[in-house]
Amino acid sequence: MAIIKKKKQRQIGEDELIVLDNVTKTYATGSPALNGVSLTVKKGEFVFIVGDSGSGKSTLIKLLLRELIPTSGDIYVNNINLGRLRHRQVPKYRRNLGVVFQDFRLLKDRNVYENVAFAQRIIQTPNRLIKRNVPAILSIVGLASKYKAKPKELSGGEQQRVALARALINKPPILLCDEPTGNLDPNNSWEIMRLLEQINKRGTTVLVVTHNREIVNEMQKRVITMKKGVIVSDEEEGGYIDEN
Amino acid sequence: MRISTFFYTIKQGVKNMFRNAWFSLASIATIASCLLLFGIFYSVVANFQNIVRNAEAGVAVTVFFDEGLSDEEKKHIGDLILDRKEVDRINFISADEAWNSFKDEYLGEYAEGFTENPLEDSENYEIYMKDISLQSSLVTYLKTIQGVRQVNSSQQTADALTGANRLISYISIGIIGILLAVSIFLISNTVMIGISVRKEEIGIMKYIGATDFFVRAPFVVEGLIIGVIGAAIPLGIIYFIYIRAMNMILERFTEIGSILQFLPVETIFSTLIPVSLGIGAGIGLIGSFVTVRKHLRV
Repeated sequence: MAIIKKKKQRQIGEDELIVLDNVTKTYATGSPALNGVSLTVKKGEFVFIVGDSGSGKSTLIKLLLRELIPTSGDIYVNNINLGRLRHRQVPKYRRNLGVVFQDFRLLKDRNVYENVAFAQRIIQTPNRLIKRNVPAILSIVGLASKYKAKPKELSGGEQQRVALARALINKPPILLCDEPTGNLDPNNSWEIMRLLEQINKRGTTVLVVTHNREIVNEMQKRVITMKKGVIVSDEEEGGYIDEN
Repeated sequence: MRISTFFYTIKQGVKNMFRNAWFSLASIATIASCLLLFGIFYSVVANFQNIVRNAEAGVAVTVFFDEGLSDEEKKHIGDLILDRKEVDRINFISADEAWNSFKDEYLGEYAEGFTENPLEDSENYEIYMKDISLQSSLVTYLKTIQGVRQVNSSQQTADALTGANRLISYISIGIIGILLAVSIFLISNTVMIGISVRKEEIGIMKYIGATDFFVRAPFVVEGLIIGVIGAAIPLGIIYFIYIRAMNMILERFTEIGSILQFLPVETIFSTLIPVSLGIGAGIGLIGSFVTVRKHLRV
């Protein structure tokens, strides 16, 4: 008689928002992009993920976005096992996440208001609430007066703030930021980071993938350093570890 | 779905069209040119078929009776003929009618010398068929009926008309096939251009948590509108051309007009409108549906 071993599921603690349990991701070509990574992010944390190109940071973000599925291991976000999500359940899952990218990814042909409102439309928020919520969030990111502007009429910093407003308008418990200051000058970079800190203080868990050494060292938050697909250090109030 | 989401979807579909004005124009032009060719071709073929059908309707098989057959027996023969599926209608031509028609057509005043009807035994049935290609099997059958002396038919005319009909059908299938292939090629090219415009937009929507339906619906609305406009334009052009062409042919070539009967524009359009709009809307719907599907797996 064949003995079927049921895989033991990891118990998720009440305050654990993101859990990676021995996660490996291997692409069709080459060595694993992530190799047996385990980590836990608790509710309300502010975490930097740093590392060189090819360290596995982008793969980690893609796994959390459920753009990729791990080759082995489990990922839990908000108590949802991402490996077991069906394609049609993915949109609802993603509404738990606010996402900010290095290249802003705004809808170029829509103005600031419509870009932010779009996130509310997809969860079928009534128009009267959208009309109330969008100006409010634009005020928080300091763009209330530019609601009619198209993305190309805004500076890089302003575009990133629109992306931030869009990410936050549905009040997600988690904010994922993939190199949010990568295309910004130091002043705009700091403005965005201060906004992220404010958002974190209001209770949102923030994960920031970055190369920005100055910001990481200055902000004294938890820093996870990755190298060649594994976590090489995980420090509370850490700094940017020099690879060399 | 909320009513506001429904209207948002429609509004976005319309807006999308104007946002990507060049892409929309290219798509409309592609669909319109394919359907214009289709419409022109359909109009020509429908008229050809009408001409052949009219010619077929005028071709009759004539059945003569044995001498001394009673009226009842002649009627029985008529009933047997009418029972055949391929027969459309029959006319009974009496001896007097046959003589009068012959006199008028060939003799004129010379007929006055005849005191008796020389065509006394020329009573007959003129048989008109629904499908002229079945003429030879009908003639074979008619010859087996008791009381039938002779069956006259023009096999050559029937064969020519059947051949013409078949040729038109083959040409129609061939040209429609070529048109379809060209349409698919042109439309897939246009759609490929559209993909590069849409790829990023669809990706962003999916990252934010939009469902496949929410992403796809405005594109499908857009595709539908483009398809319908792409179909409506050639319909307008064909309507204009058809009336002009018909008038020109009838005015300049009066002889042709008296021989050939063109189908009225309403008859052509009663088929062309639903078919063209259906194809246009179908192409728009399927094109946008397939294009978007490729990018939904984000």
